[in-house]
Amino acid sequence: MWPIGNKNVHMKVGLFIPCYIDQFYPQVGIATLQLLEKLGCNVSFPLNQTCCGQPMANSGFAALSKNCDKNFVANFRGFDYIVGPSGSCVLHLKEHLHDEQHPGEAEHIRKHVYELTEFLVDILKIEKLNASFSHKVGLHNSCHGQRGLHLSSMSERMLPAFSKPQQLLSMVKGLELSLPVRSDECCGFGGTFCVFEEAVSVKMGKDRITEHSANKVEYITGGDVSCLMHLEGILKRNGSSVKTIHIAEILNSNA
Amino acid sequence: MSTSKLSHAEAAEQFIKDEPRTDWHDETLWFVRQKRDKAAHGLPEWEKLREWASQIKDHTLSNLDNYLKEFESKAQDNGVIVHWAADGEEHNRIIYDIITHHRIKKIVKSKSMLTEECGLNEFLHAKGIETVDTDLGERIVQFRNEPPSHIVLPAIHLKKQDVSDTFHEHLHTEKGNNDPQYLTEAARQHLREKFIESELAITGVNFAVAETGGIVVCTNEGNADMGAHAANIHIACMGFEKMIPKAEHLSVFLRLLARSATGQPITTYSSHFHKPREGQDMHIVIVDNGRSRQLGRADFRNSLKCIRCAACFNTCPVYRRSGGHSYHTAVAGPIGSILNPNIDMRANADLPFASTLCGSCSNVCPVKIDIHDQLWKWRQVLVEEGYVDTTKKVGLKGMAFVLARPGLYRFAGKAGRAMMRMFPWLLNNKLNPWYKQREMPAPPKESFRDWYIKNKQQ
Repeated sequence: MWPIGNKNVHMKVGLFIPCYIDQFYPQVGIATLQLLEKLGCNVSFPLNQTCCGQPMANSGFAALSKNCDKNFVANFRGFDYIVGPSGSCVLHLKEHLHDEQHPGEAEHIRKHVYELTEFLVDILKIEKLNASFSHKVGLHNSCHGQRGLHLSSMSERMLPAFSKPQQLLSMVKGLELSLPVRSDECCGFGGTFCVFEEAVSVKMGKDRITEHSANKVEYITGGDVSCLMHLEGILKRNGSSVKTIHIAEILNSNA
Repeated sequence: MSTSKLSHAEAAEQFIKDEPRTDWHDETLWFVRQKRDKAAHGLPEWEKLREWASQIKDHTLSNLDNYLKEFESKAQDNGVIVHWAADGEEHNRIIYDIITHHRIKKIVKSKSMLTEECGLNEFLHAKGIETVDTDLGERIVQFRNEPPSHIVLPAIHLKKQDVSDTFHEHLHTEKGNNDPQYLTEAARQHLREKFIESELAITGVNFAVAETGGIVVCTNEGNADMGAHAANIHIACMGFEKMIPKAEHLSVFLRLLARSATGQPITTYSSHFHKPREGQDMHIVIVDNGRSRQLGRADFRNSLKCIRCAACFNTCPVYRRSGGHSYHTAVAGPIGSILNPNIDMRANADLPFASTLCGSCSNVCPVKIDIHDQLWKWRQVLVEEGYVDTTKKVGLKGMAFVLARPGLYRFAGKAGRAMMRMFPWLLNNKLNPWYKQREMPAPPKESFRDWYIKNKQQ
């Protein structure tokens, strides 16, 4: 029995699945969709969506992402909310999505695009989840979600502590959560940084993994597939038994 | 100031080759960051102080011309000789003229990142004039003929054994003796001699107070005071952004500076200089060196709020793992990466890309500079001005072309994944920087969209 029932049915939610999730991690898109539907949302996936434009913009080519922006607005106008399982892409849209021909629609999207965990906590205000995941899990706080979207308090700031992802993970039966010593240090992915500054990028990732491994976690989870893909690449290369899993997959799991 | 012609990425790769040393560097600076956190947590009004500091600096930068004139006139009333330098060269020339006019031979200098920025030591050296850096860390790197790697902790890239070797060579300490007490004592004796015989002392400036014409210099070693008190001529060098309107504003900045820098409540010495003592000449050199240009850039002007605490260095996960020298500029770290492109766009075009844009720098900044947003904005400027290499440009143009066309995107995605499954060696090779130390993600047969059409759209 789902606690929320169907009170969210009136919400028209546009599902935004970032390009690399669509291509390489379809299971994350599936988990996100199933989770939102279980919680009673009326979800649709606009079929002509591609990318938020962040890879170009963060490399200094924001001017090149205009057509990408246009395509995004054409796909996502008319929804009450737009929800995506990636803090980084959502932050980019919030800060930089523009469309000269449809400025009002672009503005509506900027104001109504949500990262999955903040949508669950702030808009759906869920207090219970029918999920179970009996594993020891380490949480990676991705920078753009944390410092950009304020999904949780930050170690640098002297403000009250909170965490939306942790709040949700605490509702999952059987899950044992652990945090690394440096609870919000960057993993080193950083978009094109991961190839143009390969040495630093990998070293940063290795250091995150060392801390999680010391906690003897079975999984590292987080809200951004990009960070997890980077960590997964290093874990696999080094033959580690630690796996990565997106938070949507845990929140949607009934194992 | 560059020690090499390597880009940040290349120099960082060299640095990381010694992994235990990289770990040590990272942990040492992380320890300083933690000390900063603890000190900040001790003040319930921390976030308010940051806001006040930010507002005072914003106000000052908006009225800088008036405050500079007020400062000059008050300082002159106090008997100080004020000089204006448009750039580093003029700054160096002014100091050289004072030195030659008085036929000075013995010069001591306390820490001043501005003199590093202007290349003063090298300039004077070329003219046959030696200056002795009196900050312990700066003296160590000066012996080694290296630039500082950090603006507060200049020799943080060195371990005590390195210092021992350096002192053995230059101060004839016992070979292999790396006891910090012993080494510090040797430096102390050496520097005392230099202070006593010095004729001219150069210092930096942390704050210049418009209403009094006075300057404040913060040190932990008291070396600025030793220099200025012993010598008959004191020259204080400052970038024009060091200005604050009133002495009472020090109550905000002095509380933030040392806490942000090292986690101390305040620097051991916060010395206020107002006028020359009897028989002494006191000069202040106020330097522009690109600052007016930065002030005129709406997106970057507030980088001039910086009080040089280096909190952004200590928190930066990239700086901690690449070392200060990889930034090949006098001021390294995140703040250097937004200041240096203004000084030389071509030479420093790599620096705004030496970041993951994680945002930790902006969060620790005591004057609330939006450092990571400015890094992003510098990237746009550098691309627009043509300082990014063509391979990157071609790649991203192609990417933008595909991603703006849904049909082409789907075709490319499907074809790409199929190629990766059939010909994994296409990407799993040395030419792919991702693959060097990481596996590629496993390409699934079906995209999310394929699944959605099959399962959800009947």
